[in-house]
Amino acid sequence: MRILVVEDDKDVAGFVVKGLREAGHAVEYADNGRDGLFLAASENFDAIILDRMLPGGIDGLRLLETLRAQDNTTPVVFLSALTQVDDRVRGLKAGGDDYLTKPFAFAELLARVEALARRGKGDGPATRLAVSDLEMDLLSRSVRRGTQKIDLQPREFRLLEYLMRHAGQVVTRTMLLEGVWDYHFDPQTNVIDVHISRLRQKIDKPFEQPLLHTVRNAGYMLRAEEA
Amino acid sequence: MDASQPLPMDARRTPETPRTENGQGQRSQPLIRSAGIRFALSYGVVFALAAFVLAFSLWHSTADLLQRQVQNAIHDDITLLTEHDQVGGGASVVAALQDRLANSQNADAIYLLVDANGNRLAGNLDQWPAGLTKMDSWYQLPVRRGGDSSMALLRALQLPTGEKLLVGRDVRALIGLHDTLRDAMIGAASLILVLGLLSILLIRALFRGVIRDISATTRAIAQGDLSRRVPRSGKGDEFDELAGLINHMLDRITRLMDGVRQVSNAIAHDLRTPITRARARLEDAAAHASSPEAMQNAIERATQDLDGIVRVFEALLRIAEIDAGARRAAFLTVDLSPMLRDMDELYRAVAEERGLHLETGIIAPLPVFGDRDLVQQAVANLLDNALKFSPPGEVIRLSAVLNGAMVEIVVADRGPGIAEADRNRATERFFRAEIARHTEGSGLGLALVAAVAQLHNGTLELEDNGPGLRAVFSIPAQLSET
Repeated sequence: MRILVVEDDKDVAGFVVKGLREAGHAVEYADNGRDGLFLAASENFDAIILDRMLPGGIDGLRLLETLRAQDNTTPVVFLSALTQVDDRVRGLKAGGDDYLTKPFAFAELLARVEALARRGKGDGPATRLAVSDLEMDLLSRSVRRGTQKIDLQPREFRLLEYLMRHAGQVVTRTMLLEGVWDYHFDPQTNVIDVHISRLRQKIDKPFEQPLLHTVRNAGYMLRAEEA
Repeated sequence: MDASQPLPMDARRTPETPRTENGQGQRSQPLIRSAGIRFALSYGVVFALAAFVLAFSLWHSTADLLQRQVQNAIHDDITLLTEHDQVGGGASVVAALQDRLANSQNADAIYLLVDANGNRLAGNLDQWPAGLTKMDSWYQLPVRRGGDSSMALLRALQLPTGEKLLVGRDVRALIGLHDTLRDAMIGAASLILVLGLLSILLIRALFRGVIRDISATTRAIAQGDLSRRVPRSGKGDEFDELAGLINHMLDRITRLMDGVRQVSNAIAHDLRTPITRARARLEDAAAHASSPEAMQNAIERATQDLDGIVRVFEALLRIAEIDAGARRAAFLTVDLSPMLRDMDELYRAVAEERGLHLETGIIAPLPVFGDRDLVQQAVANLLDNALKFSPPGEVIRLSAVLNGAMVEIVVADRGPGIAEADRNRATERFFRAEIARHTEGSGLGLALVAAVAQLHNGTLELEDNGPGLRAVFSIPAQLSET
């Protein structure tokens, strides 16, 4: 994927750019708002990682507003040291798709950017999701693996749906908390791990091939083994 | 007049004189710039004007009344004498005049009857007063009576027989009274003026007295003594109310300052430990790591330490944000019961995992005017604590009911609880009870819950659950429509 990073701190930017390239993405980089806006407006990107506070007269919010005013819908992840709820709300109102506060774990950033970039290319509302031999019917709200029907609680169904929609991508605990439980802070208890392990009991335990994998220091991923 | 003056001296002096001199500067202010003087002066002017108008009108109407009385008396005399003339002719008039002059009651009365040639026929005036030429009009003229010169109010008329009759009253006494009255008025006016000046000074002193308390307090506070308060008179007047408001504001500022001080102390003490740990780990790895794996391991653990520090920072910032009250702007009317049921579902699995039973009693609806996310976080913190401190096999109760005007959310566990002596301090930032000292956690959980409760004008009560802790989070319910 082609990703644009607009960030003025050289160390943070270097770290992010390197990480994204290692993950196999093509990365362009600007260290101020003016260059960032020029790049974002003149080239095609799958996602933009944007710092809120930038030198050069155009800060992150202005850059994004200008971009959106030109009907550019490239997904944007804000990266910001402004952590107050108001700042977050303003970032999202300006047209941001996600908001990550500094300091951040790279795995979290990568997971969110990839999730957004893929969503950008979404192929309309699906009625069926499938990963390997695991299938989900969104209309009848039923799940089966191979020939066996799997019974899920409503919340387990939503958890699995979220994982299946992001199949092949890393999904972090925070993404699950936000996406499945609409919960916007870190609980001290490992609530997500417990729910994942329950889901795992149902979809993986009776089968030979595990689909739901733990990604160390990052989160979880639903994928067929050979991929 | 003063507004046209250029900037006051003080403005130019400020650079070299520090702010602490303000108090002294106040004394050397020109009098007119003192609010007390201005207030008192305007009061004095209104007072004096009112007194003057009153005195003048009093004086005027009294003088007028007396004058009119004399004129009436003269008029009556003239009418009577004219009747005498019509009935009995000149002789009758002369007789009537002599009769009147003999009567000592009319000492002030003045009569003169002259014939057509100006010869005196009767009366007590030596001669026709000079200057009295027109008949039937009022004159006030000096007259000579029995060798005495005097002042008289006079009126003359032509009798049909050709004689001229002059009737008047000696008004020397009246003029004297007039003057006495005027002098009294002037005296009274001077007295009023003096009293006015005195009251000006009094008002100014009063004004200063009130202002002095307030300005002394604010000056002391500006110099760093936050414990000072404006003394209240207890009279319940406007100044008392102002003092109360100022004190209330100071209380709030003190509370916020205490919070800041507490936090900076806490940062100094409680964050130093994990930062030291992370630093030591990195330094140790840099110096002694024998293999890439050991190095990797040390770096990972140091990163985890840093993540922990970041979590503490975020919790601190969040509490500060809640304390500042800014999030009230985002308050909505919301039913808490669906959120609480989600929490039940989210935490039930965790409880079961740990061999605990989560018992829930949520009675809908639970309408509040507030921030759903914050209440959710508060409940999550209470549940996190309950899970953390409960021994396996025990029960944790989460209940939420509408209790009168309050929505009451209770989380009760069977853990070690909090010792009575520690309960008040349990909601302080970074406070950790002896039992909790060796468990994981930042000591910010309950502080956040208390801050959320306070933001919603509610309370967090920590009670003994015998054994265990019963945390009662109550916030006002929104009971508008029913």
